[in-house]
Amino acid sequence: MFDWLQHFSDWLIYSVFEIGAQTHLGVALNFFVYDTIKILILLFVIVFLMGIVNTYFPIERLKEYLNKNKLYGLEYFFSSIFGAITPFCSCSSVPLFIGFVQGGIPLGVTFSFLITSPLVNEVAVAMFLGMFGIKATLIYAVSGILLGTLGGWILGKFNLEPLLSDWVKKILESKMQQAEYEEKKLTFYERLPEITQGAWDIVKGVLLYVIIGIAIGAAMHGYVPENFFNKYLGSGEWWTVPLAVIIAVPMYANAAGIVPVIQVFVAKGVPLGTAIAFMMATVGLSIPEATLLKKVMSLKLIAIFFGVVTIAIIISGFLFNSIL
Amino acid sequence: MSKVIKILGTGCPKCQSMTGVVSEVVSENNIEATIEKVEDIMEIMKYNVMTTPALVIDDVITIKGRVPSKDEVLNLLN
Repeated sequence: MFDWLQHFSDWLIYSVFEIGAQTHLGVALNFFVYDTIKILILLFVIVFLMGIVNTYFPIERLKEYLNKNKLYGLEYFFSSIFGAITPFCSCSSVPLFIGFVQGGIPLGVTFSFLITSPLVNEVAVAMFLGMFGIKATLIYAVSGILLGTLGGWILGKFNLEPLLSDWVKKILESKMQQAEYEEKKLTFYERLPEITQGAWDIVKGVLLYVIIGIAIGAAMHGYVPENFFNKYLGSGEWWTVPLAVIIAVPMYANAAGIVPVIQVFVAKGVPLGTAIAFMMATVGLSIPEATLLKKVMSLKLIAIFFGVVTIAIIISGFLFNSIL
Repeated sequence: MSKVIKILGTGCPKCQSMTGVVSEVVSENNIEATIEKVEDIMEIMKYNVMTTPALVIDDVITIKGRVPSKDEVLNLLN
């Protein structure tokens, strides 16, 4: 699919700039040009497609669906899927959380949404697709959704409502009136310019991270010797998974910046499962998210939430490594 | 009659671009209106919105979760 782009990069670097295909610099530059363009195309296409999906499934409708249908335990799964298809913005997570709980959706089901939403987001999926191919992307997305389902279900088993902030509890008790809301329904064609604009905005927003991430990746690709990481952490020592996850949790790396670097780690010998677990912990949990959630949850609840998700990611890491 | 415009949002980039669009529309068309940014999450939740930014005109929520075009805002204000 991207053969033409490889030809273009070869031509640009080896023929136009006349940098040899045998030199480190040539390989690194070729990698950089090819990956940057490929990722930007994928990113735009996926964000655009997600924009279309979202016109048909606005979050309010998803909430109503979860609220009105008896799903016999499948509500965790659906909530997690909804989390995956809803565009993620960390600044929306608190309003979403309150909106869900206030709408009568159980806390555990809400957590399913909250876990998957940052974990499986359009930027992460596009980056994964570009750097690791379709198989790894499917594994990432499916396991992210399952992780959200299970995580929410486990959290739902605890009695966590008393651990919400006082003002959130008050909102829940008061069951306040739905504010008046008037928005005329726009047709698909009327929304198309806006979806396109939105996709451009996201691509522009992550452009810098993509370039920096790929530049670091390209540099490492050309200069780090093969199997370099094998010597230190690639040989599948059991503790490398928990270590990678625990390092990644507080990190707040943009998915766009981190994936190209992870790709090099994998190319140089780190097991794919460890890399996926690292990626999940980086985008799924972060200090800024915890700070935002502090407004609606007690520290204890945040700690339980992060703890359950961290353990789930570590277990998935082991699973990936034993299967892949 | 002066309109009261409120922009609900916790300060994400989209909220800032909505504020930009709305204030441009107001000043370019000499619309009598006050623009207020509501950034406090507790205040925002009083409007029961789940996606920010949201545009509230005279206490009616008109747009949520996306950045409108200038034309759309102008229509809503007229």
